[in-house]
Amino acid sequence: MRLPARILAAAGLATLLAGPAFAVLPDEKLADPALEARAREISQELRCLVCQNQSIDDSNAPLARDLRVLVRERLAAGDSNGQVLQYLTDRYGDFVLLKPPVRPYTWVLWFGPFALLLVAGAGTAFYLRNRRSEAVQAAAGLTAEEEARLQALLATDAGDGAGDETDGERRR
Amino acid sequence: MKRLLLLLPLVLFLGLVGYFAVGLRHDPSVLPSAMIDKPAPDFALGPVLDGVPGLSSQDLKGQVSLVNVFASWCAPCRVEHPLLTRLAREQGIAINAIAYKDKPEATRTFLAQMGNPFSRIGMDQDGRVAIDWGVYGVPETYVIDRQGRIRYRHVGPLMPRDVEEKILPMIRELSK
Amino acid sequence: MIPELGHYALVLALLLALVQSTLPFVGAARGNLAWMEVAKPAAYGQLLMILVAFLALTWAHVVSDFSVLNVVQNSHSAKPMLYKVAGVWGNHEGSLVLWVLMLALFGAAVAYYGRNLPDTLKARVLGVQGLIGVGFLLFMLATSNPFVRVSPVPLDGNDLNPLLQDPGLAFHPPFLYLGYVGFSVAFAFAAGALIEGRVDPAWGRWVRPWTLVAWSSLTLGIAMGSWWAYYELGWGGWWFWDPVENASLMPWLAGTALAHSAIVVEKRDALKTWTILLAILTFTLSLMGTFLVRSGVLTSVHAFAVDPARGTAILVLLGLATGGSLLLYALRAGSLRVGGVFAPVSREGALVLNNLLLSTACAVVLLGTLYPLFLDVVGGAKISVGAPFFNATFLPLAVPLVAVMGVGPFLAWKRADLGGVLGRLWLAALLTAASVLWALYAHGTRPVMALVGIGMGAWAAFAALFEVAERIKLFRGPLADSWARAKGLPRGAWGTALAHAGLGIAIIGMVGTSVWRAEDIRVMRLGDTAALAGYSFSLDKVEELRVANYVTEMGTFTLRRDGRVIATLHPEQRWYPVAKMQTTEAAIHTTFVSDLYAVLGDRTEDGSGWVVRLYHHPLVPWIWFGSVIMVAGGLVSLSDRRLRVGVPARRVLPAAGPAAQPAE
Repeated sequence: MRLPARILAAAGLATLLAGPAFAVLPDEKLADPALEARAREISQELRCLVCQNQSIDDSNAPLARDLRVLVRERLAAGDSNGQVLQYLTDRYGDFVLLKPPVRPYTWVLWFGPFALLLVAGAGTAFYLRNRRSEAVQAAAGLTAEEEARLQALLATDAGDGAGDETDGERRR
Repeated sequence: MKRLLLLLPLVLFLGLVGYFAVGLRHDPSVLPSAMIDKPAPDFALGPVLDGVPGLSSQDLKGQVSLVNVFASWCAPCRVEHPLLTRLAREQGIAINAIAYKDKPEATRTFLAQMGNPFSRIGMDQDGRVAIDWGVYGVPETYVIDRQGRIRYRHVGPLMPRDVEEKILPMIRELSK
Repeated sequence: MIPELGHYALVLALLLALVQSTLPFVGAARGNLAWMEVAKPAAYGQLLMILVAFLALTWAHVVSDFSVLNVVQNSHSAKPMLYKVAGVWGNHEGSLVLWVLMLALFGAAVAYYGRNLPDTLKARVLGVQGLIGVGFLLFMLATSNPFVRVSPVPLDGNDLNPLLQDPGLAFHPPFLYLGYVGFSVAFAFAAGALIEGRVDPAWGRWVRPWTLVAWSSLTLGIAMGSWWAYYELGWGGWWFWDPVENASLMPWLAGTALAHSAIVVEKRDALKTWTILLAILTFTLSLMGTFLVRSGVLTSVHAFAVDPARGTAILVLLGLATGGSLLLYALRAGSLRVGGVFAPVSREGALVLNNLLLSTACAVVLLGTLYPLFLDVVGGAKISVGAPFFNATFLPLAVPLVAVMGVGPFLAWKRADLGGVLGRLWLAALLTAASVLWALYAHGTRPVMALVGIGMGAWAAFAALFEVAERIKLFRGPLADSWARAKGLPRGAWGTALAHAGLGIAIIGMVGTSVWRAEDIRVMRLGDTAALAGYSFSLDKVEELRVANYVTEMGTFTLRRDGRVIATLHPEQRWYPVAKMQTTEAAIHTTFVSDLYAVLGDRTEDGSGWVVRLYHHPLVPWIWFGSVIMVAGGLVSLSDRRLRVGVPARRVLPAAGPAAQPAE
């Protein structure tokens, strides 16, 4: 499903791919497990620049390896996670971050769907309320006989529990 | 109101199709550099070729120049090399180079075969300096102004058209 | 000769599709039954012709006919037979043949099972199917003919991408396409109903089974793809939020919403305008998936530059199909009669919330997938949107979705008593809390998301269990009585419970492997032993073997627990000389509550050892158990006799509307 980094090679863009190899290798790992865990966490947020949508933690591209080593060096030198990410964005831009920063130009991305949910939710609630009051008005204009039938129907429906058993047709 | 609401999906969809149509003609693989208009990073790289000095950030100040990041194992570098040679010989443009993640002998063999257009070559064996430049694929070519700032980056092999349309006008502009 | 036959059959199929997409429409407009009836034989004929083409291409692959370009590019004489067959659809042209084959299959199935449909609606639905067929057959014949010959004939082929030479991936695309293409039926029904200007409960009843078929297939296809990624990519990742994966997730989300909202149409004659839109959008997202994957818009522009006609052609197809139907929607949807009313707290209300959340989730995936390119095209910044973004935005939507999912099936239609329902769910809530406490006890408070996730999964599974228990009055009377009720319970109710419980189980698996995975990456020499999560792995030997079209370096690990041998693992690193590609084959031992996963890497430079990656993936098999249960839920629901029969054709006359309902 994923496209190997070779796509870029086919594109005539020289990539930094030598041979296939693993992502994180034993010699890269830091001795301190806490620091190593932080390194893994950061690596998963950084994009392997020569790959399609892979983090440097997943990628076997040599540049990804260099960046993983660099991340570990910065951590060992006492950088915070934020400082490491800043170090890399200074050089590669926001592109290197798999989670884009919240900026005016990413507001649509970050908040768009949720704003949509709010608008759609409010719209639906409003619509349903209107429809119900219309229905009540309509019900008010019923004849006594209709009213009785309506009540009977409502009673069936309410007593119907998990209504699946009613075959839809029965209401007609 | 309801009519408009029913029209909305169509409008949004047409927008999407238009966007795809533009997207089809767009190359997503070229990245702009985060270093544009910033001073070149501080670095000092040792020499690799006898008689050709190494490269440091100090060397980039004082004249408009190109910095080419190359490697002997990179096939497109061979493609663009003759063009770099012509730029240096015929146009008299100062071209410096960073030899990226390579064995020094391999670099020397490459330059012996292909000729050396570079005024200075810094050997970046572990690729660390290249990371400071934001290099993500070789070859890359940078235009540096007199103050030693990075003004332009080209990713991939330089083609005559890139040189005519981008690099040379830029150098002329910066040299004024 | 046989390839030419296949090509010729495709042309004939196109002609039949042209007939199917014109005459029935005219017939329906003029009330000419004979013209409407043409749709049926045309649909059958189309299926037959495309089947001939598909078999012709399969023949060329099976006998390794290297005079056919498609075979040269994607096969090799030494390739195992399974992959010779799977190679038919392991490439652009061949997968299109499979695509149209499935389309024709669905068209013929609609023609066959649609005996109860009103004549005009059936003619129009088949007409729309015919139109889609025309589009794709034209596209294929014009830009992607699979039967092109080469001369001179090469001695052997270039082999199939080795990553695709795998049983999981061999059958992943057919199910995925069955899902994508299956949604075309719902789409055709939507367009047909818009032309008719009428949607009634019977419409919901007709659309639902087709949606369920598509949904079940797509679920299975996606599950197979993620299973493949899990064992093939070398570390046990099963979902990457890759654009290609997102392309399949979007129609799944929309299709899930559709399967639910169609219930409301069927039972309550409500949400009609929305359901029609959803049916159009679900198929649009399926087509868009095809576009995104094949055009190179998102992956590599250069893959597209090889043949600029393809991306443009799919875009035109997409524009015509969706643009046309949305135009129809804008013109006609306003005249659909408004259906039944309901209180916010009701089954309908819960399903509306389900639709809102699923649509938002779909919008998140769509935006996340397309936004980087959008910014780039408008000249903005270059950004990346990857897994961390989706995890941060998608998961908050999943939590309320699953919460509602547990409660929804308990709610009555029209108006429900939420307090009463929650009262009946107290035991499920208690068991959910117990599961979270167990997770807390076993793994600690970090990360909090893990506890939330376990809670979600447990809630979904227990609530589904109690829903069934409640309805068959389990332990509240004689067991024989419950058994009788269980047999009498509609298949649809069983399907719902299975699908919901399956999702819960899958969620628990996802959480387990994502947050509690243990990993050891190290260099091992022969005879070395590594300990991980209470197990020990010893590397006994590494041998080089030559098999079929690859050479392999195969390791042998002995897996022990408390000194007892549990299994022998054989991870491999393969080299495919023709394709010049290396693949890793992980060795996995499953205990059904966790997987032990070993990967053999490169030999160290001094030659004395190998880089080895060992993993303990807790609960990971549940992802796929859960998925299979979900699929079973879809199929059980599909077998509901109310969906199969019981729709006498005349019931759909407009006069037979639900006159007694106060809302009308």
